[in-house]
Amino acid sequence: MDYLLSEEQQMVKELATKIAQEKIKPVAAELDKTEEFPWQVIKALAQSDLFMIFVPQEFGGTGGGVLDLCIVTEELSRACAGIAVCYAASALGTFPIILFGNEEQKKKYLPALANGEKLAAFGLTEPAAGSDASAVQTTAKKSGDYYILNGTKHFITNGGDAAIYTIIAMTDKTKGARGASAFIVEKDTLGFTFGKKEEKMGIRASSTRELIFNDCKIPKENLLSKEGMGFIITMKTFDMSRPGVAAQAVGIAQGALDLAVEYAKGRVQFGQPISSFQGIQFMLADMATEVEAARALVYSVARSIDSGVTSVAKESAMAKLFASDVAMKVTTDAVQIFGGYGYMRDYPIEKFMRDAKITQIYEGTNQIQRNIIALNLIKESRKNK
Amino acid sequence: MNIIVCIKQVPETADVKINPETNTLIRESVKSIINPFDMYAIEEALRLKEKFGGKVTVLTMGPPQAETALREAVSLGVDTPILICDRAIAGSDTWVTSFVLAAAIKKINDFDLIICGKQASDGDTAQVGPGISAHLDIPQVTYVKKIEEIKDNSARVECMTEEGFEVIETPLPALFTVVKEINEPRLPSLRGMMTAKKVQIICWKNQDLALEVEKVGLKGSPTQVVRIFTPPQRTGGKIFHELSDEAFLEIAEIIKQ
Repeated sequence: MDYLLSEEQQMVKELATKIAQEKIKPVAAELDKTEEFPWQVIKALAQSDLFMIFVPQEFGGTGGGVLDLCIVTEELSRACAGIAVCYAASALGTFPIILFGNEEQKKKYLPALANGEKLAAFGLTEPAAGSDASAVQTTAKKSGDYYILNGTKHFITNGGDAAIYTIIAMTDKTKGARGASAFIVEKDTLGFTFGKKEEKMGIRASSTRELIFNDCKIPKENLLSKEGMGFIITMKTFDMSRPGVAAQAVGIAQGALDLAVEYAKGRVQFGQPISSFQGIQFMLADMATEVEAARALVYSVARSIDSGVTSVAKESAMAKLFASDVAMKVTTDAVQIFGGYGYMRDYPIEKFMRDAKITQIYEGTNQIQRNIIALNLIKESRKNK
Repeated sequence: MNIIVCIKQVPETADVKINPETNTLIRESVKSIINPFDMYAIEEALRLKEKFGGKVTVLTMGPPQAETALREAVSLGVDTPILICDRAIAGSDTWVTSFVLAAAIKKINDFDLIICGKQASDGDTAQVGPGISAHLDIPQVTYVKKIEEIKDNSARVECMTEEGFEVIETPLPALFTVVKEINEPRLPSLRGMMTAKKVQIICWKNQDLALEVEKVGLKGSPTQVVRIFTPPQRTGGKIFHELSDEAFLEIAEIIKQ
């Protein structure tokens, strides 16, 4: 389907596809096995200017938008969702600075993130604060010209490999969610160390680590916006980044579908390719329809954000919810089409199924997405009365 | 350091078709790419530019559609694209091609190094690079796999030989042809692609290079392609596992034939 991309978006897509084909496909299976961070691919993405596309022009970017980010994430995910998330997580860590950073913070941090010299990460989740983000225990205590951070973040994508971190910490626990603030923390700051690297079911090329803050002293200039804005910053960031996760899901589903079609054409049973059986054809047709529907939703939400619509929480959640559920279903069906071979690690398809699962969980579980959608529905209906 | 890279646009497929009447390549209806070996030449030139500064000019001779190859080179970071395109030079052999390219290089005048791919994937002659250096009367080093050092107007390079490699020192300006071991070509950048879209391609005709019509094109080419054919496929020999009397008789029969 023609999504009427701009000329620049066409170029972005062409580049991302080239990198996926030439740099990611050949290493995807190996990195899935070794869980090594894909620095070579990150370097290629940086050289091709693809970290620039979500950064404003005045800070070293090309001033593209969420749709550009979605296009790249989707294309990379078609080849390997683990590598794609290293890229997308850097965008996630960069968004708070783009959205809420002051001029100095933007000038200081964005150019190196735009040229891909540095990666970013976003640190919200804690052992006791997953879906209930307001349960954050990490504290930031003001002391003269500094804030002192204490606490542990976990499951942080790009943890240890990123150089710039946006961290959510409580500046006033008595205020609950309104007592949270967002800070920019640089790697190698004294008192900031990394805990264990998680061994994951999927997206294994990406790194997921604990961040440990032990009397970590950061300059007060690193506070984003104002104290107490932590959760608003988080929610607005997620509104921007959820279409990216949704695009990752679309890419995973499309990649699995591509493989399933190829396999069905070549696999002969009962004297004919299994693609000639209606049972398989119907499966493929449903998979393709669902992928296209997911893509259409993701792209229109991304376009809506890029055109300046600010209240996108509901639609953003819908895109993430729908696309990730499609990814899980399509990859499961793709494994089914591969039959016994699909269950074996020698074939690339089982990885897609493992990679798909996380898209239903991170950046808000799909249950949380349904909460957001329902709450917004009820709010809208009240307003309309 | 100013570098000129000579590139050729070639059909993407290894399955090249020949026009039986003119004995030249049929270029239509096949997707065209930059000759893969030339990609290494472009990459090496860009790396030298990043190290020493200067400008990279990319030069090709070909039909108007060769512009696509030049734009692709610009998307990788090349500064100036030049196309030599004239009906009169169509059908040139490797001697004339190197003669025309050398004339264009004389016109550019300001250069320290010329880099070419070791050969083109369609013609496979590996003659044009060395031909250019002969026409320009400058040193050439072929099959370069590493540029070790460039200083004081000279270069030390490693080049492949059949048994290993040689280290050669040469004064500059010189011409190198490079092999794929020399580097890993980069992918284009978004900014490069945007520049490539807008860049003005410099087009030179025969008269811009003051070439006589008789000396170029099919007419000026000393190489006469008499016939082009696909050699018959070789079939495997017969293996005798037991040296019985029957086997000897059969072998004798084969030898007689």
